Amino acid sequence: MDGVQERDGGEYAIEAAGLRKTFNGVAAVDGVSFSVRRGEVFGFLGPNGAGKTTTVRMLTGVIRPDGGSARILGHDIVRAPVRAKQGFGVVPETANAYADLTAGQNLMLVAGLYGLDRSKAERRAEALLSALGLFERQDDRVQGFSKGMKQRLILAMALLHEPDLLFLDEPTGGLDVQSTHLILSMLRDLNAAGTTIFLTTHNMDEANRLCDRVAIMRTGRIVALDAPERLKMAIERLHTVEVSFDGRVEAGALAALAGIVSADREGDRWVIATADVDAAVRALVGFAGAEGLRIVRLNTPAPTLDEAFLRLTEGTG
Amino acid sequence: MNPEHPFEQMRRALAITKKDIRIYYAKGPVVIFGLFMPLFLFLAFAVGNRGLSVPFLVSGLLAMTLFFTATAVSPVIQPWEAQARTLERLLAAPITMRTLVAGDMLASLVFTLLIAAVPVGIGCAAGAPPLHPLTLFAGIVLGAVCFSAFGLLLSTPPTNVPSNVMMLSSLVKFPLIFISGVFVPVEELPLWGQALAVCSPLTYFTDIARYALMDTHTFPVFADLAALAGFALLFGAVAMALHERTVGGRI
Repeated sequence: MDGVQERDGGEYAIEAAGLRKTFNGVAAVDGVSFSVRRGEVFGFLGPNGAGKTTTVRMLTGVIRPDGGSARILGHDIVRAPVRAKQGFGVVPETANAYADLTAGQNLMLVAGLYGLDRSKAERRAEALLSALGLFERQDDRVQGFSKGMKQRLILAMALLHEPDLLFLDEPTGGLDVQSTHLILSMLRDLNAAGTTIFLTTHNMDEANRLCDRVAIMRTGRIVALDAPERLKMAIERLHTVEVSFDGRVEAGALAALAGIVSADREGDRWVIATADVDAAVRALVGFAGAEGLRIVRLNTPAPTLDEAFLRLTEGTG
Repeated sequence: MNPEHPFEQMRRALAITKKDIRIYYAKGPVVIFGLFMPLFLFLAFAVGNRGLSVPFLVSGLLAMTLFFTATAVSPVIQPWEAQARTLERLLAAPITMRTLVAGDMLASLVFTLLIAAVPVGIGCAAGAPPLHPLTLFAGIVLGAVCFSAFGLLLSTPPTNVPSNVMMLSSLVKFPLIFISGVFVPVEELPLWGQALAVCSPLTYFTDIARYALMDTHTFPVFADLAALAGFALLFGAVAMALHERTVGGRI
């Protein structure tokens, strides 16, 4: 491990330098370096097996890195793990509350693990359970909870000690709309109040809406790190034009127009791929006039984060 | 609050103890198994050896109860938790591995001390009250600490499959019963058996129980107590060090 000096303050909530982890000779994480500023919402994206979870596990002190270093809230996660862990909360992908305990008992266990004063912890638990719609179920065993309820409880457990930094691994994966809305709304409020959020997700829309910056991982390395908008604009791509007509059109007729690379039908609209938007729009307008068709809708959408993600991670599973 | 302070870590170990007792120990089947397993083993032995005195039988029953109870649940807690992903939660919490192991050990200790009262009560009811109650109490406490640490040592293989640990645990625990003077006093064992008996911590607890209930013993009592304390420290320290090294293989 590289040596790092301890400090409590600082601009960064997370500083990872050359993190490496190998399993059975295969590098799961290969020299990952990045920093997350305090108060930032940082998205961590990548396909399955890219090394996201291994990176998060190293950052949260669950597994020890084979190389490199990480400072969390100014504390080296290997040399001062207890101090580092005291300052953050974790919401893992799999809800891991104790199924044999009640919601309230799970929260009091967390209070004990973080050394919280019992009466303060009880007040905080009550407030969190109320905010997350679980107050009425606080005396029920977790084994009877739905997936959404378990995930909301996990969030409450992660927030009980009022952490400065919150790690979330796919917090809304497979959840119902109500739970997803509740969790995302709470994350926005937390961030507005100053909590740094490190979000691992497959949901590009979620990352796009929540994150100040995103890092995209591929085969153990970070292949891109920037603000979502800049990432979207940075990728080289064919542009897209979406068009709808009030009559029937053959795909071959559109694809044969000047400047159009391909034309695919999606419902009642055509998605046109082109290297030159201006030429494509002119050709489409000319085509409509010549065929006696009305253009119902014409749109030139901006590139999406999904496209950036796919382009940067193509060739991986 | 300094989260690294030993007192603070001890408080956090108590939270783990409370959780363990609620989830793993305060269950009817666990209590029944902790009592019935040694009782039936010993009844089988007693029926086949009818000339044995009540204090001899009760001291053996106490030794087996203490040993089996302390090592019944503690070896499988971490594999269970790894499988349920709750171990990951504990590893991300501001506690050290020593705190985690100490919490598990303390839960086993509390449970074992409570269960140990049952064979002592049976002895009193059957006309074999302790002749040296303070020595017996000290022996039970040290024995419970020692065997709980031994249980934690048995759970160090890096697996998240509880049955793997159970199998290993049985392979180690049952032979120990036969070389520790529970069924046959150590001095009546063959020479190789006596050599093995010296290496077993259960031998020293059985000797204390015999002394407390029958006023006979193979080793000096202070040597028995010192041996139990030594084994407890050794098992506890090795268990903590090995868990630190092998936990990565469970996750």
